[in-house]
Amino acid sequence: MAEFRMPSLGADMQSGKLLEWKVAPGTLVKRGQVVAVVGTEKGDIEVEVFEEGLIQNFAVQEGAEVPVGAPLAWIDEGAARPGLPKKEAPPPAAEKTEQRIRVSPLARKLAAELGVDLTQIQGSGPHGAIDKDDIERAAQQTAPPLPAAEGPPGKADFQAGMRRAIALAMTRANRDIPHYYLECRIDMTRALSWLEAENLQRPIQNRLLPAVLLIKAVAKALVKVPQLNGYWTKDALQIAEGIHIGFAIALRQGGLVTPAIHHADLQGADELMTNLHDLILRTRSGRLRSSELTDATITVTHLGDRGVEKVFGVIYPPQVALVGFGKITEEVWVEKGMIGVRPVLHATLAGDHRASDGRTGAEFLESLDQLLQTPEALFAA
Amino acid sequence: MNAVKNLGPQALRQIVLSQLHGLAPEADLSTLRPHDDLRETLEIDSFDFLNLLIALDQEVGVEIPEKEYGKVGTLAGLMDYLLARLPKAT
Repeated sequence: MAEFRMPSLGADMQSGKLLEWKVAPGTLVKRGQVVAVVGTEKGDIEVEVFEEGLIQNFAVQEGAEVPVGAPLAWIDEGAARPGLPKKEAPPPAAEKTEQRIRVSPLARKLAAELGVDLTQIQGSGPHGAIDKDDIERAAQQTAPPLPAAEGPPGKADFQAGMRRAIALAMTRANRDIPHYYLECRIDMTRALSWLEAENLQRPIQNRLLPAVLLIKAVAKALVKVPQLNGYWTKDALQIAEGIHIGFAIALRQGGLVTPAIHHADLQGADELMTNLHDLILRTRSGRLRSSELTDATITVTHLGDRGVEKVFGVIYPPQVALVGFGKITEEVWVEKGMIGVRPVLHATLAGDHRASDGRTGAEFLESLDQLLQTPEALFAA
Repeated sequence: MNAVKNLGPQALRQIVLSQLHGLAPEADLSTLRPHDDLRETLEIDSFDFLNLLIALDQEVGVEIPEKEYGKVGTLAGLMDYLLARLPKAT
């Protein structure tokens, strides 16, 4: 019997409100199926399931505010594979035993500092040992009071919630991540003329925006420099297999969301443009899927529309890098002793120095620059 | 390519304003001056702007090429550009 739990839809989430069940007990669910809609500080999210099996029963009803990690439903995985013996659902609240608690010294110290009760924590380390991450998670879940769950949340509530979510994630990032910053200037002449020629042949609804080129170039540069694509967890870098680019999208009411563009390195120009368009629309109308909020392996923030020249970003934990793009402006450019004026893009990289060194970051930016000099090859298979 | 509509300045203005309202619902369009930069004043990004041009192509029948973007960044510029390409009112 598997527990389907309230997912953590970002490093900053403490709890979510179960708004709607999309399935009923007795439904056979498949991996990736949307089973519920959860209200969070970043809008309403369609939550996907990662087990296959029969929905046995619900742990909570619609309308309930549920902490991250708490069970939402039980899924009988045996039902999907008839050969396996069925097990009974566990009692909802497992009794705490009087066993000695396994806890690392660092975690014990942190627990004392943050006022976390060790007996109330389920450790995620070996043999159920409690580690630093468990304490931080517990502290986040109990710390600030949640907004009252009565009535529909107003605009002010949503904005306050969004600010709080961003505050939590960014405070953690600035406290835990030793950032290093690199910047390079990229000549965009070739990329923009390719784009212009391409758009001339396209009907207006299929036109491409520079963001598509930039995202694709980041994704391909990460294929060459994978050390920036992944997570810092349990004191080690875990390089992610898929390249899922979190694209920062500002909301009109304030705040931002960075949903993932899955496998950006494998997408064609039209596919990427369509998906980006769709993602922006769904982010602003509040219809993202849980995988889009949790899967990003790196973040790209593109503030060029706001007239900003350079972005020095804060990494979204547990990711290990953030790429910032400013506005493409005409600048003086010297090449082979000749002075000219070129459209120039300032690309920056914020890297987590625990996970990588400046040299790795420099390789990434160099590769990004090279890719943007041969735009026609960017989307070639 | 959508057929060019037979629209007067008033009707055209209505269409443009209603599209802008859709992109920036909280903005008070009555305070928008003819030569204000649309993207800055209404805080619309390049995706929004492209959506605006796609919608205008559908509703007005005029497709604005990329190299003309510089001319249509304000309400006045956009109106002039579109009106010049609509059939003259009789």
